[in-house]
Amino acid sequence: LVFTEEDKYGLYSNLLFKYFLAEGVVCGHELFVASAKEHPDNILKELPAPLLDDTQRNELGEEAMAVKSEDFPDSLKIAWRYQNLPKTEASPTTPTKFGHYYDVSKTMSPELFQSIKWHSFYLPEELTLQPKMKACRMNSAYARLLRSIQRIISQEGFDGSDPQKKQKNILRIGIQSLGSMLWGDDICSSNTPEDTHSLTKFLYLLRGLLRKSLSACIITVPAHLIQNKAIMERVTNLSDMVVGLESFIGSERETNPLYKDYHGLVHVHQIPRLNSLICDVSDTKDLAFRLKRKLFTIERLHLPPDLSDTVSRTSKQDLAESAKLLSSGCGAMAIGKKHLDF
Amino acid sequence: QGKFTLLRDTGTDGSFLVHHFLSFYLKAGCKVCFLALLQSFSHYNIVAQKLGVSLTAAKERGQLVFLEGLKSCLDLLFGEEEERSGQPSPLQFLSESSSDLKALFDFVRTSLTPDSGDSWKGPVLLVDDLSVLLSLGATPVAVLDFIHYCRVVVCSQLEGNVVVLVHGNEDSEDEENELVGNSLCHHSDLILWVEGLATGFCKDVHGQIKIIKRASLELTGEQDRVQIYQYKIQEKNVTFFARGLSAAVL
Repeated sequence: LVFTEEDKYGLYSNLLFKYFLAEGVVCGHELFVASAKEHPDNILKELPAPLLDDTQRNELGEEAMAVKSEDFPDSLKIAWRYQNLPKTEASPTTPTKFGHYYDVSKTMSPELFQSIKWHSFYLPEELTLQPKMKACRMNSAYARLLRSIQRIISQEGFDGSDPQKKQKNILRIGIQSLGSMLWGDDICSSNTPEDTHSLTKFLYLLRGLLRKSLSACIITVPAHLIQNKAIMERVTNLSDMVVGLESFIGSERETNPLYKDYHGLVHVHQIPRLNSLICDVSDTKDLAFRLKRKLFTIERLHLPPDLSDTVSRTSKQDLAESAKLLSSGCGAMAIGKKHLDF
Repeated sequence: QGKFTLLRDTGTDGSFLVHHFLSFYLKAGCKVCFLALLQSFSHYNIVAQKLGVSLTAAKERGQLVFLEGLKSCLDLLFGEEEERSGQPSPLQFLSESSSDLKALFDFVRTSLTPDSGDSWKGPVLLVDDLSVLLSLGATPVAVLDFIHYCRVVVCSQLEGNVVVLVHGNEDSEDEENELVGNSLCHHSDLILWVEGLATGFCKDVHGQIKIIKRASLELTGEQDRVQIYQYKIQEKNVTFFARGLSAAVL
């Protein structure tokens, strides 16, 4: 259960959402798309086109290769500590194929859709259709969504209930903007909502459904609107993976020279720890994303070189301050508050 | 015997302690009632196998009573009327208007009360994790009542042990959760408090654990004994070491 906290204007989290669904299409999985905001048909029309063409891949590959070859010709002399750090790749060029890459500037062609089955749940339509169902003291919109997912899972045999079905497939569930006002939940609008437990109950039951079937789910939630922090903590506890996207649009960080190459930060709050005592913790926790013309990339956040002499003292101070805010691993260097004058 | 152990984790994942206690008590030959509210059975089973215990075998010979919360909730909501056997679901507080956890307590009591043919040593109740009950709509008072009833039956009457996990966050604003956690702290005989490092994330030291033996409860005039260690979780076990003496540093 991948839980994504939306960025303020929902731009980038929507992109991540569409990537998840597009990957499902390309892999031939079944899709289930639920939204209260946009009709799922529209969402599916805007999925990015996959980079299936090898020539396209090579194009990007060439740019990156040119950069790489000049990088480390001989061993570093002054900054020798950096030699031990793994080289991060600026763009995906390695031949290890895990997933596919997508071209954000183009939309997926309809032929790719024909081969897969997809189901949609658009809340305004569903409310008119079905009669009131027996609720678990939960918000009725959530209850309907849950019922709908459960029905698809058992009908299509994702929970192994139909032993004759030989082709095992995976159901990718995408739920957009859960918890927002459109789902009839007021946790986003008031500090003391009427029903604090609907969202958490829904997530618990959804987790149960995911655990007993071959499915994966991504949920986007406008976390910045939820004022009751206790709910966010409980929700984090109930999800397997929690990722937060913080975009720089409209915030003071947009003009901060530290972040000038990027469009936002990726906060990984939690990673799944399933079937094992340990989890795969990556070396770094500072990740940033940027949206280039064709690609959406997530990379390690690195400080731009502090080269300019004309930068005034105060802004250098700011740079150091914000660099200090980055959570650093044990081996990283510490940046002091004051600059030493030589 | 008759001890109440509280596992508390703040800001990090303390579930390795749950896995440890589960395999520990099963290997010791105790009868265990495990309320697994957070993960599925196969998750616990796979980890337990790495630790040398098979949960399926334990279930079959009657040593382990496993309540899989996720599955039970789904059956409650989506179960057909005919499938419901005579017994009410242990988690029926979800759908009923009464918000007490009596059904859950009855389930615990019937599973741990020894049958005539049983030869297990001491019953054990293990709960992972209590905070989930709050998320599902139980009030803190109901949760505390439930634990109290369980303690009376398991610790006092049956002379067994109770181990409960309460998960929280650093600087948590979840007042109900903090209330439950703090209240249980006062009543526990042993507290294992797992936290992340105050200095931030580190690859070689996953966190620190505070072991608090509540000698003050025994009315002998002693203070609580506190020991602090740091730990690193590996594939099949966890290594503990004194603060600052991680293998990476030495």
